[in-house]
Amino acid sequence: MAATEIAVSALILGGVGTVFGVFIAFANRKLKVWEDPRIGEVEELLPGTNCGACGTPGCRAFAEGLVAAEQQPSGCTVMGPDDVDDVAAYLGVDAGEANKRVARLLCAGGADVAVQLATYNGHATCQAAAAVDGGGKGCNWGCLGLADCEVACDFNAIHMTPFGLPVVDQELCTACNDCVEVCPKDLFVLMPVEQQLLVQCRSLLEGDAAEELCEVACTGCGLCAKDAAEGVISMVDGLAVVDYERNEAATVAAIERCPTRAITWLDGPQFPESQRAARNFAV
Amino acid sequence: MSTREFFRHGVHPPELKELTAAERIRRIPFPAQVVLPLRQHIGAPAEVLVRPGDRVERGDKIAAANGFVSVPVHASATGVVREISRAPHPDGSYAEAVRIDVDAHSAQVPRARMIPDWRGLDAKQLVAAIQEGGLVGLGGAAFPTHVKLSPPPDQKIDMVVLNGCECEPYLTTDHRTMVEYPERVHLGTRIMMTCLGVDKAVVGIERNKPDAIEAMRATAPSDLDIDIVPLTVKYPQGAEKMLIKAVIDREVPEGGLPMNIGVVVQNVASVATIAEIFETGLPLVERILTVTGHGVRKPRNLIVPVGTMLRDVVAACGGLSDDAAEIIMGGPMMGLAQSSLDTPILKGTSGVVVLNEEQASPRATYPCIRCGHCLDACPVFLDPQHLGSLGLNQEYPSMMEHHLSTCMLCGCCSYVCPSRIPLSHIFGVAKASLRGQGVKV
Repeated sequence: MAATEIAVSALILGGVGTVFGVFIAFANRKLKVWEDPRIGEVEELLPGTNCGACGTPGCRAFAEGLVAAEQQPSGCTVMGPDDVDDVAAYLGVDAGEANKRVARLLCAGGADVAVQLATYNGHATCQAAAAVDGGGKGCNWGCLGLADCEVACDFNAIHMTPFGLPVVDQELCTACNDCVEVCPKDLFVLMPVEQQLLVQCRSLLEGDAAEELCEVACTGCGLCAKDAAEGVISMVDGLAVVDYERNEAATVAAIERCPTRAITWLDGPQFPESQRAARNFAV
Repeated sequence: MSTREFFRHGVHPPELKELTAAERIRRIPFPAQVVLPLRQHIGAPAEVLVRPGDRVERGDKIAAANGFVSVPVHASATGVVREISRAPHPDGSYAEAVRIDVDAHSAQVPRARMIPDWRGLDAKQLVAAIQEGGLVGLGGAAFPTHVKLSPPPDQKIDMVVLNGCECEPYLTTDHRTMVEYPERVHLGTRIMMTCLGVDKAVVGIERNKPDAIEAMRATAPSDLDIDIVPLTVKYPQGAEKMLIKAVIDREVPEGGLPMNIGVVVQNVASVATIAEIFETGLPLVERILTVTGHGVRKPRNLIVPVGTMLRDVVAACGGLSDDAAEIIMGGPMMGLAQSSLDTPILKGTSGVVVLNEEQASPRATYPCIRCGHCLDACPVFLDPQHLGSLGLNQEYPSMMEHHLSTCMLCGCCSYVCPSRIPLSHIFGVAKASLRGQGVKV
């Protein structure tokens, strides 16, 4: 009795298994979608951070673009030069011109130089502070220093100085745009590292009104525009604006007469003096 | 007509109105300078008409309405235009403003002008005169009055509801207006009813203002159908949707306006200004303002020129006390904390509340314990507990699915939260962020 039952069950299950097996074999032949095996291989070589800095929705999409020759390996800003070369060698393509971009902060008004009118002590994020009369900082356009960007950065590339300004580590920054999106004051921009002339201020106030609120504010005096080569700097709405189309003509001469040092010539990360001062401050 | 005399949910914070409830309204001396932002109302900012160096008389138009949903701005004091530049705005931004150096020797008498007799004007002319007078709602949101008075032709309005609740703690602006100028409120109501072609008005007044109820009843004209309805004291009864529910038991559909159910709501102080422009011929250049709180030495009800800076208003009330810590424009529940004493009083500023250190000291927040108090408090029946957790994770689009746009940021949820989670602040941040992305909330 028991033996028959076992045999019947085995037959039924075996039969069902065979039918499905045949179906799967059939489907595998008829419905197969061929995929370039290189896509998976290339994806393995990519960092897998899915940060989106290359402009595609993630590393898989970037790998597909690479194999289809729509992207260049150097488009990935997270990989170091060696890794870029590996991908290029695997695909037998040119690595492309690495155009290193980093996030820059358009404010130099740390707690040491900018006036704080009121203390905000609610929910401690920049976004929340900005909703309460702009955050209580004298300058309405300035950095609030509550580190939303530091939290948003997936690459640990942003750290706050003791004066409450975020400093971007150029090596670690992948220009993924996260800090640009999170800043409620829109203070971050992504810039190629070879663009060294930078106005670290967004205050639309002019003259004394601006300087009373922050020692390093752009007062709109226009000296930099006069000292720079023709057309490199223009004054728009009380603020010096650099035309990076003419970046080759930009020189350090433009910053020399700035009364507040709001315009700066970058050689590495931002705020080197402030960091040095902070170290002395700590000692 | 059935009246419930209250709405469901809501809270009852300490009223604290005794500081100024019995203070007579008084004028303050003209300040040395007034700052008049071009954006003092909902809608398009006004277009400036003067240049630095121009002399202006009190009541002169210095900026013109820029479109239908916009009102002009008038000089609130005689003087010389110093500059047109960015100045601190109560909403936390810097806005284009006209700064006038007030002439200290001027008698501040407005130019002689023709004052039209409102009885001779038809609805259209009345609405135009009200727009030209720069009138906006004085309760806080500063919605242009003439827009409320010209509903689209397919909306049938059958009732005017006057808002005399003043449910925010501390404030006594509307209260004193009803006690001292009840005839003006009634005349304004009459003009509003003429504009809208309705013959029924209801005034909702909370029971904590018995003298206002009495004054309004005693002066009510016998030929007008005006009902004075005393209401149970509750916050936020002054929100128009709550008020309509309380006094006439109608419900405004989600995302709709009171006009969709045939009602126009106006705050009593704004109604009084309608009468004022036809009585004095002066446009909206001054307003009644409560300056109060435990952080100010002599809390008072004042008439101040629009554009007076906070520091002048506070000085007129004996200055700040030694432990003053936080200064708020509007009431403590929905008002905006200010960081600068150079911020001007706008047409829509209903009060200035100064809190002391003890009241304003930061308090620790704790995780949500899912007690559900916020659900019982929310007057628009949202789920603040769930919205709050979404907000803290910055999942703003899913907050929209949970009806964030219905939230009016009344602050009831934050008020009752035993963990002191700043819920309505979180919702405000979410709304600001969504608005930045172009979502309508």
